[in-house]
Amino acid sequence: MIPDFIWTNAPALLVAIPLLGAFLCPIIGKISPRARNVWVGGIMLVTAIVALILAYRVFTDGTVLYTFGAAVPGLSIPLDSGGIPIRIIFTVDAMSAFMDIICAIVGFSAILYSLASESRNSGLEMYYTLFLLMVAGVFGMVSTGDFFNFFVFLEILSMASAGIIAYRVDGGVAVEAAIKYFVLSSVGAIFVLFAIGIYYGQYDALNMAMIAYRMQGSSLDMIALVMLVAALAMKCGAVPMHFWTPDAYSMAPSSATAFLVVASQASLYGLFRVLFTFYNLTLNAVTVGWIIIILGILSMVVGVTMAIPQKDVKRLMAYHAVSQTGYMLLGIGVGLAVLGNQPLMESFGYMAMNGGVFHILNHALYKGLLFLTAGAIFYRIGTRNLNKMGGLGHNMKWTMVFFIIGALAIAGIPPLNGFASKLMIYESVFIFNPILAIIAMVVSILTLASFVKVFHSIFMGPKLPEYAEVKEAPLPMLLGMGILASLAVIFGLFPDIVVTTLVSPAVHALTDQAAYIASVLGGA
Amino acid sequence: MLWNLPFIAVVVITMIGLVTILLKKNLIKVMLGINILQSAANLFLISLGYREGGIAPIFTLAPSTHMVLPTPQALCLTSIVIGLATSALMLSFAVIIHKKYGTVDLDKIRRLQG
Repeated sequence: MIPDFIWTNAPALLVAIPLLGAFLCPIIGKISPRARNVWVGGIMLVTAIVALILAYRVFTDGTVLYTFGAAVPGLSIPLDSGGIPIRIIFTVDAMSAFMDIICAIVGFSAILYSLASESRNSGLEMYYTLFLLMVAGVFGMVSTGDFFNFFVFLEILSMASAGIIAYRVDGGVAVEAAIKYFVLSSVGAIFVLFAIGIYYGQYDALNMAMIAYRMQGSSLDMIALVMLVAALAMKCGAVPMHFWTPDAYSMAPSSATAFLVVASQASLYGLFRVLFTFYNLTLNAVTVGWIIIILGILSMVVGVTMAIPQKDVKRLMAYHAVSQTGYMLLGIGVGLAVLGNQPLMESFGYMAMNGGVFHILNHALYKGLLFLTAGAIFYRIGTRNLNKMGGLGHNMKWTMVFFIIGALAIAGIPPLNGFASKLMIYESVFIFNPILAIIAMVVSILTLASFVKVFHSIFMGPKLPEYAEVKEAPLPMLLGMGILASLAVIFGLFPDIVVTTLVSPAVHALTDQAAYIASVLGGA
Repeated sequence: MLWNLPFIAVVVITMIGLVTILLKKNLIKVMLGINILQSAANLFLISLGYREGGIAPIFTLAPSTHMVLPTPQALCLTSIVIGLATSALMLSFAVIIHKKYGTVDLDKIRRLQG
């Protein structure tokens, strides 16, 4: 049914198609705006389909290898190299496939949405070029099995993101946000490069599986670990280094913000990959686990307390994004703290990690949805200031429904998806340390309080005279939001299916270092 | 001791770069700090890859078979190219900021707050 060519080359196509689409976009834009829209939408649709095909292949057949330049894609070690993988390899295991699915869903919805939401701006060829470059960067980061390649995609992603944040210059304010983001991510990327140098100097390898295989946990490795954790935690917006998030998220165009959420989660993926695949048991798991837990708790508390007094709706949501990232770090940190202790791992470790990883998916869905609704409101009334809004529920009914779904999901109200993952985190973290679970619940309540306020000031109240003529958002925007909203509801209604088919394999792929190594280096 | 000289230089250059980024108030100087940091990373990669007496792995008429895999050099080239793109993007941001705000002083570029 699926052409053989796509089936075998899916990992390479995942990066090649958006890159091709990105760089042809300015040329096609010369023909007509309609041709450009069709081109961009088509490219994203094809990419999403390839990603889903690849994910299906990974979840049925196990880890997929793609060796660039080899006679057979699965041939990771050249016959005459003496057991060393010298080529660039894409290693797509269940965790990577999980991230691919997130990127495909959110990317497609955001592109669909942007076809209408950005239509009033000029220079859209460049906008879509940057957007597709971001898509290529995220797919590359989560699929690659080569650490230097990871760095290259990280840089592609941060450059494209910085460009897209600054896209709406907005009297220079957007550029200011982009500078903050870009200075931080360039410094972070340089430290990733230092870490790569340290690994290469010690282990003569850039391949992630080879580094993991030879990992000894020396003091140099610990320096590299500190550099990587600092750089990647900064890029995913965890608290001590979170200050770029509100600026960047609020200044980027809304459709791009929805995708920036996925972009920060790609860094989160990198962080987990480093911790679990590279180091795994060579770490002092308890110490590092607690560092991640403390980062998570700080992000949750600081994020939500900063969010409450905000007046700018997107800024408020951005602080909530920081706070939600804390939940993922908390879940994964608890899993890491008991790593290697099989009984504890069985009793709550896997569950905490399942919750954390499931929360990545849920967060991408509902936070993407919330940013898109904020964008729809901005599109119609031209302001993001909560004090100037009111009574929009009369005219923008669908947007209101989508906002309610997103807001309830982020606050963890059943039966929406946020509840499913948060419940898993609460239950397992409560066994580990009750205080942490209580903090997590209090943060959830504060989130709900904050969103009740936002909901009230945007949608409730009498019709305001200045917004009497406001219409519902255009159809493509509603479709983009609708995809995310319906998935948020479906995943909330059937969390068991999602956890057993997608999340649990991803978590096991993450914790099982030996399987990752064996998939690349063979049974050695 | 002498063999460690390149690595000591890497540490010194890294420190200079970080201090520039953290303490300077001028946007252009901060960007130069990032460039300095980038050079430190490149020097680190190159000094890792240096082997005394090693030759490039070109087999035609090679004087010895003592060859060095040029991966660090390849990494360094890639990183230079990325550094170029980074500087270009950052400088173009600086141009826009100067046009809109009339200053490149980081203390005055503070319209986003809260």
